[in-house]
Amino acid sequence: MTKLIPTPGQTVGPFYGYALPFNKDSELLAPGSAGSIRLQGTVYDGAGEAIPDAILEIWQPDAEGNVVQRTGSLVRDGYTFTGWGRAAVGNSGVFTFTTVNPGPTEAGAAPFISVAVFARGLMNRLFTRIYLPESEEALAADPLLSSLDPERRKTLIARRDADGGLTWDLRLQGENETVFLDFERFEGASQ
Amino acid sequence: MLLDANAGHHQDDELVPAAEPHAGHAPLDAAAETQADLSAEINAIGEAYAQALKDGAAPETQPRLDFAPYRSSILRHPTKSLHHADPETIELYSPAFGHQDVHALESDLTIQHNGEPQGERIIVQGKVLDGDGRPVAGQLVEIWQANAAGRYIHKRDQHPAPLDPNFTGVGRCITGPDGSYRFTTIKPGAYPWKNHLNAWRPAHIHFSMFGTDFTQRIVTQMYFPGDQLFPLDPIYQSIVDQDARDRLVATYDHELTSPEWALGYNWDIILSGSKRTWTENEAYGDAGDEE
Repeated sequence: MTKLIPTPGQTVGPFYGYALPFNKDSELLAPGSAGSIRLQGTVYDGAGEAIPDAILEIWQPDAEGNVVQRTGSLVRDGYTFTGWGRAAVGNSGVFTFTTVNPGPTEAGAAPFISVAVFARGLMNRLFTRIYLPESEEALAADPLLSSLDPERRKTLIARRDADGGLTWDLRLQGENETVFLDFERFEGASQ
Repeated sequence: MLLDANAGHHQDDELVPAAEPHAGHAPLDAAAETQADLSAEINAIGEAYAQALKDGAAPETQPRLDFAPYRSSILRHPTKSLHHADPETIELYSPAFGHQDVHALESDLTIQHNGEPQGERIIVQGKVLDGDGRPVAGQLVEIWQANAAGRYIHKRDQHPAPLDPNFTGVGRCITGPDGSYRFTTIKPGAYPWKNHLNAWRPAHIHFSMFGTDFTQRIVTQMYFPGDQLFPLDPIYQSIVDQDARDRLVATYDHELTSPEWALGYNWDIILSGSKRTWTENEAYGDAGDEE
């Protein structure tokens, strides 16, 4: 049970671009290396327009489903998988990560990538998940997915690309609005 | 296109255009809303919140995602309620950072160039704690800010205030075993933006923090005490509860002030509660950076 009241968040604003991105920030694996895939998508606003000033972070287990606790994300050596990466969208609202397919962290669990989203105009970060489209049985049994109606559930499941990569679009508002998560059930109006 | 105040989702709508060096002396846009318009909206929301509190509503602790006075939020907030989820596996851990990632000198923003930056040198120090008061040890803290004149080095900041060749405005550090962080920097200036006519942001430093669980991830802004722009700023006011707003304001600390060198400000950050089951060693901070 939480005893202290958390500090409020604030928008990341328009000027994170010279501060948060860093060399190879979106490359959890070197592009082209064995097992690497592209994870890409576009961030849209409520008018259906791609937005050029959002920044995403992903945090995921390795291909075997292990939660990695290794340093070196900010100064990547090209060999150490740290499980975390950051990608600012480009002018056309597109983000790209190079990563691996996450493995299931428990036998039978549906593998997913945890996502934190920040943007100018977004008052506080949002959390969501990207599930792999395969293993329909595990997806059907997933506690989060099975609590959503089928239309909303789709927003959390990536498409498999012909090259083996994943495409997952994020919609902050409007038709097919992405499901965003609240982990703070007992902290009152946390929004 | 920079002057199109109606393009609520346009990428440049918050930014002061370079082509108007005397922006302070002439309206940027005849159609722009005034501070009085915005303040009336902000005050109406504040009064409704005060009434809700009187009627027994729980105090709000976070900014409202749907806060129309910050115009850029209108098309960028989810309209469906956030879906409650119990954090699972990966979400109960955070990425690990260490001294491989961050050099000790990155916490001093005044020594990144050949000369001293202009402005008032300050020390900002505090602790990162979780919701149970446990120190968050060995974690990454990132900051970014405007210079003393209120100008960001970002290429899209065209506010006609001087850049400082000796100040970038970006810092990082790794928290100590007691959750402490410390930066030496320059007090940032207020800066104008295009939310409405004569909109100015109170001086602030952007902070980005990680906890022990990814669900504790936070990006926020630290403000300075007594800023006259607080009541006018839609971003600060998006937190409708005064106690919650106060949690973003640093405290001047004369004990921290360094004689003949720098003024000291203290600011602690409380993350949301960890959902993980803690072992005794972790709870006492032994999981911190051991490199």
